[in-house]
Amino acid sequence: MSLTAQEFAFISGLVRRDAAIVLETGKEYLVEARLLPLARALGVPTVSEFVNYAQRKPEPETHRRIVDALTTNETSFFRDGEPFNQLVTMVLPDLVARRAANRTLKVWSAACSSGQEPYTLAIVLQDALPAGWSFDIIATDISSEMLERAEAGQYSQLEVNRGLPATLLVRHFERTGASWKVSPALRKAVTFKRLNLAAPLPAMGPFDIVFIRNVLIYFDVQTKRSVLQRVASTLRPDGWLFLGSAETTIGIDDRFERVVAGRTSAYRLRSAPKTVPANAVGKG
Amino acid sequence: MTPVLTMVIDDSRAMRLILKRIVAQLGFDVVESANGKEAMDYLAGILEAGDDSKLPGLALVDWNMPEMNGLEFVTAVRADQRLRNMTLMMVTTESEQSQIVRALASGAHEYVIKPFTPDAIIDKLTLLGLVPNGVAV
Repeated sequence: MSLTAQEFAFISGLVRRDAAIVLETGKEYLVEARLLPLARALGVPTVSEFVNYAQRKPEPETHRRIVDALTTNETSFFRDGEPFNQLVTMVLPDLVARRAANRTLKVWSAACSSGQEPYTLAIVLQDALPAGWSFDIIATDISSEMLERAEAGQYSQLEVNRGLPATLLVRHFERTGASWKVSPALRKAVTFKRLNLAAPLPAMGPFDIVFIRNVLIYFDVQTKRSVLQRVASTLRPDGWLFLGSAETTIGIDDRFERVVAGRTSAYRLRSAPKTVPANAVGKG
Repeated sequence: MTPVLTMVIDDSRAMRLILKRIVAQLGFDVVESANGKEAMDYLAGILEAGDDSKLPGLALVDWNMPEMNGLEFVTAVRADQRLRNMTLMMVTTESEQSQIVRALASGAHEYVIKPFTPDAIIDKLTLLGLVPNGVAV
């Protein structure tokens, strides 16, 4: 039995309120596919009955699980490739020159899902930063279940086949049974936290690099604007922002300017000082 | 995207068909071989005829095969200067870390563990620069 319009409205209202994600009519199939495992886990035979149950008994835990199930997105190591190339060829040389005095970078991977993005960033930074540099990656997601997976750092064969060069797999992962676990060094480089991008942020940052990819597309313009505003407030004046390939700040937040980089783009604050300070070491 | 003549080397006919379908969607032509020996014989034929333009640019190579296994094939290709432009990707059920290291050290450029999804093959070919970013099958 499929969802009634009223049941779908309840779910889309809930996801909109708790995660600011817009589920348009026509996404009933998505709701059914994602909620069926939850219904089954509760011993309820249909998604429709599960939704009615959630409406009758508004338990925060059930609501959280529904939001979790509907907000987890596809991800892979080195997703789209190019942003990570540009991080190495354009952004890191710039930041290495600007941060020569303290030799450390702070990075935020927002909406990190099952952790592939922050671990990819850890791999890239570990390999690309000059000796004597350190970095700190904060990875956040709205879904507790995804964060648990990300913290475990354990990936199936199918997941490591996606996007991860074999040389990096054998260097940064250990095979355990049928799955692969990230190395302790990589695991240590990332701190995971639960965070709702649609709500005011806790005290965090300032960041040199923010990756918030393939998440704005799910928000309405108003929410996009307020998320970008919060991101801007956590970014160092000369920091860098990476969005998904189908996302942009243009027409949403004028404080950012787009820097075309190869086949992708990165963003920085218009107010960013364009030149590296004259006393910077290793300039040029 | 430039089509790349691709060798699919696997003793399973079904697996050859699966791999062939994936790369055919990229517009790549495929030559099939049932083991490393058959594949080396094919390459030797082209080298003897002196027509280098007919040399495959890519080989998808199983590990466990009769007569000449995938690792032996990779080693033989890497030992021949005339085949230096061939990109070699292992596609195998062998999934021990030490085996992956060994294959890479022997000259394989990439390694996909079976079972795989078509996306995994495309992803790796993208990493190798044989397919542009953003191609999905």
